[in-house]
Amino acid sequence: MKGIMKATSFSLNLFKDLQFMWQFDFMQHAFEAGTIIAIVAGVIGYFIVLRQSAFAAHALSHIGFAGAAGAVLLSLAPLFGLLVFTIGGAIAMAVLGPRAANRDVQIGTVLAFMLGLGLLFISLYSGYASEAYSILFGEILGISHSSVLMTLAAAGILLAVVIVIYRPLLLSSLDEEMAEARGLPVSWLGAAFMVLVAVATSIAVQAVGVLLIFALMVTPAATAQRIARRPARGILISVLIAVLAMWSSLYLAFYLPWGRVSFFITSVTFAIYIAVRLWQRIR
Amino acid sequence: MSNSVVITATGLAAGYPGNEVWTDANLTVGQGEFIGVLGPNGAGKTTLFRLLLGLTRPVSGALTIFGKRPSRGNPGIGYVPQRHHIDREMGIEALELVRFGLIGNRWGIGRMNEGRDEAMAALQSVGGEELAHRPLGVLSGGELQRVFLAEALAGKPDLLLLDEPLANLDIRRETEAVQLINRVVRSRGITALLTAHNVNPLLPVLDNVIYIANGRVTMGKPADVFTSETLSRLYDTPVEVVKDSRGRIAIIGTEDPEHHHERHHEGH
Repeated sequence: MKGIMKATSFSLNLFKDLQFMWQFDFMQHAFEAGTIIAIVAGVIGYFIVLRQSAFAAHALSHIGFAGAAGAVLLSLAPLFGLLVFTIGGAIAMAVLGPRAANRDVQIGTVLAFMLGLGLLFISLYSGYASEAYSILFGEILGISHSSVLMTLAAAGILLAVVIVIYRPLLLSSLDEEMAEARGLPVSWLGAAFMVLVAVATSIAVQAVGVLLIFALMVTPAATAQRIARRPARGILISVLIAVLAMWSSLYLAFYLPWGRVSFFITSVTFAIYIAVRLWQRIR
Repeated sequence: MSNSVVITATGLAAGYPGNEVWTDANLTVGQGEFIGVLGPNGAGKTTLFRLLLGLTRPVSGALTIFGKRPSRGNPGIGYVPQRHHIDREMGIEALELVRFGLIGNRWGIGRMNEGRDEAMAALQSVGGEELAHRPLGVLSGGELQRVFLAEALAGKPDLLLLDEPLANLDIRRETEAVQLINRVVRSRGITALLTAHNVNPLLPVLDNVIYIANGRVTMGKPADVFTSETLSRLYDTPVEVVKDSRGRIAIIGTEDPEHHHERHHEGH
């Protein structure tokens, strides 16, 4: 893989570059998975920012570290371990603290334990340390066809659920007390949302790893939140930023062998965030 | 219709069995009345609202609203919760908050402009049309309060519950807010219950007061409730109602010393 990338360079013809890149299966898979991941992260991220539960999302990805490491130890797909642990963590969080606020201590308690557990699994695993590296920082260029299909299935279910609960989830995120007074089951909505965050996180970890999850789940959404006056447009902008970051990062990583995809994703989303903040200050 | 009863409570107790917040409340609220729910912080004013909204059950006694037992999601009630914080980074416009307050209890995605006209009409009815497209994060306390009022009114309720709408407002905004709420309530002919811990800005507009303190609930005309004799008798303790030259009152002796201090401070 590295050899191919070293042998190539920009031709300054975007179309020709893309055509060349897509000759390779691993790049096709990366673009397919990357696009699905970016859409999911953009949608769920918008609600995460709106509900101010970025810390919970951050913690879920760390909980996922233990699951992914455990799956590697048992010779299972890391995505499977991620899903089991993050969904378990989301349910535990919802049970420990039914309200969105004041959860920091409970979340932090679980987070620390899970990171420790992940460390144990990694040290028990006698294989390559690169597995741990991939889980921590992401490795989308190695994604298999079956993982792409699994990602697509998980994303499809997740987006279907978001469509069904869209209006109640938005009201309870904007104004929880009003949602409760309107008769909405806010505790159940909160718990369901945490499970959605768990699935989204598990998917996104493949691209950016547990440590860089903010770059894809929170930064594009936070940027959109500053620009958009209407939630539907905010979600659209959040998705567009995430997809743009994903595509440009895959392109850059293919032609610039010194940089990894997750590094470019963090850089592109950060640059857009800063640019929007500066533009809003100047205006 | 003008004399029909909206709320009745008989021997009502709230809180937990053995640990009641207040007991033996007997209330009758008629159509079109503007009622102040007053008393010190922590006395159980919001608890009364949660009972009416069907979010908590009474410990004992009977409560009816529009002739029925309270139920969750009652479309006849418009509610303005007490809010503590709106994030300054919140970029969503006021109109969208009002719109989602109206349509947010329906499942699915819905149309992009569903309920937008009703939301705009509600904002206009509180003089907030110029706030419609401004981000919530940049609005002042008084402006936010108008948006929240519009959100509660968007569903055209028959009963309005306002929880501490005057908190965090300075004296001038407080007077403006009272006038606005009074105008909305009277022009729509709806019934309204409003909690506050300072009675003075409300005295000119209220029909009746519900006074909650020390685990007891009293209802009556402000002039009848706020006398040294009535409150002393009701609360089994020497209570003094002091009036200043402009008709403002201060109630001394119905609350804990720390609340007492707070109350004086806020009564300025």
